[in-house]
Amino acid sequence: MGLLDKQFEHSNIIITSVDSLLNWARLSSLWPMSFGLACCAIEMMATAASHYDLDRFGMFMRPSPRQSDLMLVAGTVTLKMATRVKRLYDQMPEPRYVISMGSCSNCGGPYWEHGYHVLKGVDRVIPVDVYIPGCPPRPEALLEGIMKLQEKIRNESLAQRPQPKLVGELV
Amino acid sequence: MQASEIHEIVKAQFGDAILEFKGDAVDPFIVLTAQRILDVALFLRGDERLQFGSLMCLSGVDYNDGTLGVVYHVDSMSLGHKIVLKVRVPKDNPHVPSVESVWKTANWHEREAYDLIGVVFDGHPDLRRILLPDDWEGHPLRKDYKVPEFYNGMKVPY
Repeated sequence: MGLLDKQFEHSNIIITSVDSLLNWARLSSLWPMSFGLACCAIEMMATAASHYDLDRFGMFMRPSPRQSDLMLVAGTVTLKMATRVKRLYDQMPEPRYVISMGSCSNCGGPYWEHGYHVLKGVDRVIPVDVYIPGCPPRPEALLEGIMKLQEKIRNESLAQRPQPKLVGELV
Repeated sequence: MQASEIHEIVKAQFGDAILEFKGDAVDPFIVLTAQRILDVALFLRGDERLQFGSLMCLSGVDYNDGTLGVVYHVDSMSLGHKIVLKVRVPKDNPHVPSVESVWKTANWHEREAYDLIGVVFDGHPDLRRILLPDDWEGHPLRKDYKVPEFYNGMKVPY
């Protein structure tokens, strides 16, 4: 707001590139899909609540993948849930981003060896933009991850949007 | 009522079904032949002196010696006593009569024991997996379970 405030007294034209405008719009209103998988979701909810206040970033949890830009994978991705995560991701419109929150969704976390039912990293089914370490990460860490994603979006270009790599196989 | 008294009452009725009684365990238990568990359960719930109205827990066990087990923790809220029942079945033919008709709690507990250990409860009205996906193969809490390489195209090992 401060940037544009009282800038239009004599003229209401601002000149910028399409890239900067779109990137600015996208990074200023990242709408995450509201779903949580485990204890990380508690930290995510704390981040969304008044004390840390995700609204400051223009972020607002949406109940539908169709209305979401960002998927926050907050918690242990079981194999049973992985097929659902993949389907929800497919239902999100482009441009879409993924933050993998916490050790479980990064790499399997404490279940890496004996978790017969756990997907060892959500990047085996969907491409991830930002990984946040922690078990679970504190709200500050989640905010940092979100700001890292904003930074990433700020440097995007319509001409060539870098696609995050998929580490594993598709479902 | 003490565990030994409970044992005496059950023994008078089902002497041939009792394989072992251990009264000095932390949770005193009676080992029964698997085929009689439903009759004993019905008796425990219905008998005036026992009134075991509540099944607190039902667990499946892999003893790793070719047998699977089921452990029943039963409790009487009205009389304030409790007892543990155990049965054992061979791993290659793990059939145990369902006690779902006696205690409704057993419904989901038996589904869990079936899902993870692979005990088959005869007479259960809806014996499906409860935690794992329906297309899962094997029973993962068995000692000889091998983690699959892939599940629906997703690599499972780290």
